[in-house]
Amino acid sequence: MISKLEEYIVPEAISLGLDAASAEEVIRNLGGKLMNAGFVRESFIEAVLAREMKMPTGLPLNGYYNAAIPHTDIEHVIKSGIGIATLVKPVVFQNIISPDEKVDVRLVFILAIEQPKSLIEMLQEFAGLLQNPQLVADLMHAQHLDQVHETLKKAPSITAKV
Amino acid sequence: MPQVKKILVACGTAIATSTVVARAIEEALEARGIQIITRQCKATEVESLVQGMDLVVTTTPVPSNLGVPVIQTLAFLTGIGKEAVIEQIITTLGV
Repeated sequence: MISKLEEYIVPEAISLGLDAASAEEVIRNLGGKLMNAGFVRESFIEAVLAREMKMPTGLPLNGYYNAAIPHTDIEHVIKSGIGIATLVKPVVFQNIISPDEKVDVRLVFILAIEQPKSLIEMLQEFAGLLQNPQLVADLMHAQHLDQVHETLKKAPSITAKV
Repeated sequence: MPQVKKILVACGTAIATSTVVARAIEEALEARGIQIITRQCKATEVESLVQGMDLVVTTTPVPSNLGVPVIQTLAFLTGIGKEAVIEQIITTLGV
């Protein structure tokens, strides 16, 4: 059975072991793939970059790796999908909650979300993934799409826990 | 009967993290037998919507001096420090 999170991953927008020098490079890489796959408009990449400058998305996680969740407004999205990059070396994103702080990020999820309110279940699974250091590590070590799917399958929805 | 406390949940919005956070807060408090009402908004709307709220919980920076306590936290997304934040919410609301 496919989880909501798996449903929204765009296979063409997965960059495993990407060697990038900056957050911008990662965003251009994943944004370009989402565009080529028909998920986002041409305006998407610049909009994500602009938003990242004003409202950064670096997320310190409980474990060895930190994540970032760059995204932008629905007008730049054609259909909802998620791209993932695992990086061989960290790039700097500013902290979502303390924008003056730097976060060393090796796991980037680029989110093209067209109808946020309809994706709550998927977001709850996504939060469940982020909260599990083992799943995050498994994702970081994935070398093939199959392994990415295997890991995403296991992401619990955070509503499962109280 | 004491009035039910209201929490304003704010985020940057484009991906509805405030909905995920609001539900997580509701569930966590319900599990402790506490009923609350949540309302969601964008960080930019907090100032105009904060009247009548008992607490603001946000994932992105919001103005200070709102006249209402503000808890800035990623705990409901990342899980880090979640228990402590729940306790902080309960203490701040006085429930």
